[in-house]
Amino acid sequence: MMVPLSSFLALSAILFCIGLFGALTKRNFVIVLVSIELMLNAVNINLVAFSKYGAIPNITGQVFGLFSMTVAAAEVAVGLATLIALYRNRNTSDIRDMDQMKW
Amino acid sequence: MTFLGVPLSGQMIAFFILALWIIGCGVAMLSTTKTMYMAVAIGGVFIGIAGLYFLLNAEFLGVAQIAIYAGAVTILMLFAVMLTPHDLDHLKTKASQYVFSAIGVIILLLVLITGIRKTQWVPLNNPDPSAGNDVATIGKAIFTQYAIPFELVSLILIVALVGAVVLGRKEGDQ
Repeated sequence: MMVPLSSFLALSAILFCIGLFGALTKRNFVIVLVSIELMLNAVNINLVAFSKYGAIPNITGQVFGLFSMTVAAAEVAVGLATLIALYRNRNTSDIRDMDQMKW
Repeated sequence: MTFLGVPLSGQMIAFFILALWIIGCGVAMLSTTKTMYMAVAIGGVFIGIAGLYFLLNAEFLGVAQIAIYAGAVTILMLFAVMLTPHDLDHLKTKASQYVFSAIGVIILLLVLITGIRKTQWVPLNNPDPSAGNDVATIGKAIFTQYAIPFELVSLILIVALVGAVVLGRKEGDQ
């Protein structure tokens, strides 16, 4: 008895919504970044689930999952470097203080 | 052998335990006010997702998830938490923003769940779930069909490395 595909998709949808809520309501830069990572992970679950249960099961979903993991790791590194630079220059980690480029 | 109308099997039980663990950690991440606990909770979520990958016969991806996310990314987050002020007391969100975000997110979740339930998914036509899922297959796919994206990813990594060093270095000390 296999776990049906819809269970994985539902779990991934719930996880995506948790991450989206965190990214919309939190004010600490680190936590917003973590929430975005959570959303990326939810999408990765979808990719791997379709790689096993799709119409034509093949390896493509897993390869894409690997690529998206790599890009997410790079994104975290750059985001945290941005946070350190912001903290050194503005003495804050609140995302609402990052409005120098607002029009 | 059923439980609440769901046929029970080892995979089903494992999936439900993992799902409870992941969603619990995610909700804990949102509900706690201490940034350090949030970073630890996200580590729990990452490990649970690695368990899901093992359940989906994607062993290589599960190990990569543990190494990259549960290892590197979580530790990086902990470093960032320690290097910046993390008392969230003065960072209260407005109640209206909470309400609007919650409404929007719940609407999105309902749309997604109804879409998932209404869709007729293709029945599983791969009777051997372990076929072509080993590391050799992934390696062959990456280095033949996806060679150019692979090289581009290496370019992205080097650019991100240089960019992080440039952003994080102290300015003005030549």
